[in-house]
Amino acid sequence: MADTGKYETHEFDVIVIGAGGAGLRAAIESSAQGAKTALICKSLLGKAHTVMAEGGIAAALGNVYPEDNWKVHFRDTMRGGKMLNNWRMAQLHAQEAPARVLELEHWGALFDRTKDGRILQRDFGGHRYARLAHVGDRTGLEMIRTLQQHAVHRGIDVFMECNIQRLLKDGDHIAGAFGYWRESGKFVLFKAKAVVLASGGVGKAWKITSNSWECTGDGIALGADAGAELMDMEFIQFHPTGMVWPPSVRGILVTEGVRGDGGTLRNSTGKRFMFDYIPAFFKAETADNEAEADRWYEDKKNNRRTPDLLPRDEVARAINTEVKAGRGTPHGGVFLDISSRRDADYIKRRLPSMYHQFKELADVDITKEAMEVGPTCHYIMGGVRGNSDTTETRVPGLFVAGEAACGINGANRLGGNSLSDLVVFGRRAGLYAAEHAKARKGTVSIDDEQVEQTARSLLQVFNDSGTESPYAIHADLQDCMQANVGIIRTESELKTAIVEIPKLRERLGKARVEGNRQFNPGWHLALDLRSMLTVAEAVTLSALERKESRGGHTREDFPKTDTHFAKVNVVLRRAGDSFTVKQEPLPEMPDELKQLFEEKA
Amino acid sequence: MASTEFTMRVWRGDSSGGNWNDYKVASEEGMVVLDVIHRIQATQAPDLACRWNCKAGKCGSCSAELNGKPRLMCMTRMNTFEPGQTITVAPIKTFPIIKDLVTDVSFNYEKAKTVPAFKPKPVEADGTHRMFQEDIDRVQEFHKCIECFLCQNVCHVIRDHEDNKPQFAGPRLFVRLAGLEMHPLDTNDRLELLKSKAGLGYCNITKCCTEVCPEHIRITDNAIIPLKERVVTEYYDPVAWLLRKVRGKRKVAAE
Repeated sequence: MADTGKYETHEFDVIVIGAGGAGLRAAIESSAQGAKTALICKSLLGKAHTVMAEGGIAAALGNVYPEDNWKVHFRDTMRGGKMLNNWRMAQLHAQEAPARVLELEHWGALFDRTKDGRILQRDFGGHRYARLAHVGDRTGLEMIRTLQQHAVHRGIDVFMECNIQRLLKDGDHIAGAFGYWRESGKFVLFKAKAVVLASGGVGKAWKITSNSWECTGDGIALGADAGAELMDMEFIQFHPTGMVWPPSVRGILVTEGVRGDGGTLRNSTGKRFMFDYIPAFFKAETADNEAEADRWYEDKKNNRRTPDLLPRDEVARAINTEVKAGRGTPHGGVFLDISSRRDADYIKRRLPSMYHQFKELADVDITKEAMEVGPTCHYIMGGVRGNSDTTETRVPGLFVAGEAACGINGANRLGGNSLSDLVVFGRRAGLYAAEHAKARKGTVSIDDEQVEQTARSLLQVFNDSGTESPYAIHADLQDCMQANVGIIRTESELKTAIVEIPKLRERLGKARVEGNRQFNPGWHLALDLRSMLTVAEAVTLSALERKESRGGHTREDFPKTDTHFAKVNVVLRRAGDSFTVKQEPLPEMPDELKQLFEEKA
Repeated sequence: MASTEFTMRVWRGDSSGGNWNDYKVASEEGMVVLDVIHRIQATQAPDLACRWNCKAGKCGSCSAELNGKPRLMCMTRMNTFEPGQTITVAPIKTFPIIKDLVTDVSFNYEKAKTVPAFKPKPVEADGTHRMFQEDIDRVQEFHKCIECFLCQNVCHVIRDHEDNKPQFAGPRLFVRLAGLEMHPLDTNDRLELLKSKAGLGYCNITKCCTEVCPEHIRITDNAIIPLKERVVTEYYDPVAWLLRKVRGKRKVAAE
C-alpha cells in the first residue's frame, strides 16, 4: 500500500488534465453530473492554447445559409479529412456542434451578429457554406473566457501551474496521476476514479510553429505510457499562413479568416497561383478562373468558391511548391493581400488582432499592403485513440478529448472544426468519465512503486555529472523534425529522424539542470522534452508506415493516394522506449451516410 | 543579419529578496524583449523564471516592467530601445514575488470567484437568443481583455496600498463587471457589490489602467465611469429612486 502521506495528495472522482476548451468543457460536464472534479493545467487558467484560436467555431446553425445542416457539415469534414476520419465521430461532431455553440452563448459568449440579431457565420476553407460562428478574429479568447468563468462559478477545483508527469494505474484500471507544482517544484499526487486527457497538441517539437510552449504532447505521451493506443500520428497540419518575417515571429498564426473575408494569395510574380493547384477531388466545387472566384465573394449561389479556400493541406503544399520553385517573397513566403478587396474599416473590424499583430511585430499595415505568409506547424490530427461515443481509451477509466485525441479529423482538419471538436467531445469525455466514476466499485489504490519510480526519474536531471543543456537538445529536436518530418517527407529523411531521436533521448539522459526546483524553466523543459521525444518518434514511425500521400502527410517518394492506405489507420502501442506499429481497417460507414458522398457536389 | 548588443538588467530573486543581474545579449532584427529573455535562458541563465505562452499578445502571460513601464514582453520590440542602452526588466510590482519575473497573481483569480455569475434571460421560442451588433459592441470591447493584469499592476489604489486589496477589485474586475452589467441578456444585478465589496468608489479615474492596456480597452471611460454613474443613479438619485418604487426593478440583486 502506498505511503501517500509522503506527498501532497488529493482525491477526486474525475481529474481533467488540461484546461483549454476541451478540458474546461469536460470539467464543467463532469461537475454538472455530480462528480467531484479537478481541473489541472500547466499554465494559469485562461492561458491555454485555445486562447489563440482566431477564425471561429464551425457549426451548421444555418443562420447565413439556411441550406446548411449537419449532413453537409459531416460531408465537408469527411472530405476535408480525405475520408480517413472516424465516421461516427464526424457525425456526432456535426450533429452536436450547433447545440454547443448556442450553449456558449447562453453562458455569456458574444458572437458577432447577423442583421436580424442571430449568430453571424463566416466562410472558411473546405466548408461549403459560411459556417463559422466568430468574434472578429479572437474567437478562442471568447470561448476560453466563457468556459473559464462558467467553470469557476461551478466551483470546480482548479490546480494551476501543475504539471502531470505520469498516469497511475491500479491493475489495468486508471488510478490517478502524479506531477509537480511549477511554483515550488514539489510533487503532488491525485487519486481519481477517472481521468480525462485534454492536454492539446505537439507543435513545440517543430521549429516553425504557431503553438505555445505548452504544446509538448504531454497527454499523448502520458496516454501511450499508460497503455492507450495512438492513431493517425503521421497527420500533422501545417497551417498555410504563418508569419514569415521578422525571424523572431516566424510561425505565428495568420487566421484563415483573412482568406474567408476576402484575402487572396499571390506569388512574387503577382500570380494567383492557387488556380494551378486544384485537385480533382475538389474540382467540381472550386472556381477555375479569377473572374468566377471574385464573383463568389458577392454571389455564392451562382459561383464556385475561390481556390484560396481549399482545405489547409492543399494550400500549404501549394505555397511550399511556389517558394521552392523560386516564386516566393523576399523572406521565403507568398503574399496574402486583403487590402485590395476590402477597405480599412472592414479589415480593422473583422480582423483586429491581425491588424495589430502585423503593425506591432512586423511594421506592416495590412489595410494598405500585403502580408508575407508561409506554412507553420499548427495541429496534429492524430493522438490518443478513444471510443467514438464515450471517448474512453483502451485503459478503463481513461478518457480523451480535443487535440490530444484523434479520429474526428482524419488526415486533415478543416479550420473551425477544432473549437467545435473541443466542446462536443470535451462534453462527452466529461459526461462518460463522471458516469464511469459513479459506476466504479471499490476503492482506488495507488501503487507506491509507480509513484516512487516517477519521483526519482523527475529529479534525475539535478546532478553534477550531466553535461547537456535541455535548451540545446530542444533546439536540435526542432531542427531534426523541421528538416526530416516536415510538410514533404521521404523515406531517407524519415529514417534519419528515426536514428536521431534515440540519440537525442540519450543526450537527455545526460542533461543537467542548474538551480533548484522552484519555478525552474530549464527543469520544466527537460521534463517536457520526454513527451516531445515520444511524440516525435510516434509521428516518424507512422509517417514511415504510410506509403502514400494524403492530407497532412505528403511523401515525395509516394506522391499519390493509394487504395490500400485509403482503408486503414496506422495504430501504435508502447513497446519499451519505442512502439509497435500496425495497420487497422477503418470502421465501416453505414449506407445512409455513404449516400451523402454519391450525391453531386 | 544586423545584430545589436544590449545589456539586460534583469531582477532575480524570490520572496526573501533579490538583486539586479546584468546580461549582455545580442538582438537581431524584429526581436522582442521576450526573445531576448529566452536567449538569456538558453545561453546564460537556464533557471531564469518567466511566464509566457502565445508570444503574440493574445494570452497576457508575459507582463513585466521594462525600464519601469508595464508592458507585455512579447509585444515590445527591441528596436524601440537605443542600441547600447541598459534595459531593466522587473516583475510587475503589485503582486507578491514567486521567483525572478514570476509573481503570484492569485489575487485576481480570487476576486473573479466573487463576481456574481452571468444569468441569462430565457431563450426565444426557437431556442436561441436575439441580440443586435450595435447592442453588443460595447461589451465586446470588454471581452477583448487578455487578463495580463497590467491594469491591476498600475492601479495606485492597490499598487502602493496593500491594505486596500481586500476591499478593492481593481480595473480588470471592473471591466468584467461592466461586461456583465451591460450584457443584453444578463439579469443579475451587481451594483451593491460594486458599491461595497468591489470598492468602485476608491477609483478616482486617473486613467493609469487605460494607458497600459495592451488591448486598448478604454477601461476608465467605457467601463469604470458608466459603472460609477449606475451606482450613483441607484443609490443617490432621488428621482430614479422614486421611479423604481413605482415601476419596480429591472434586475434582481445578486447574492
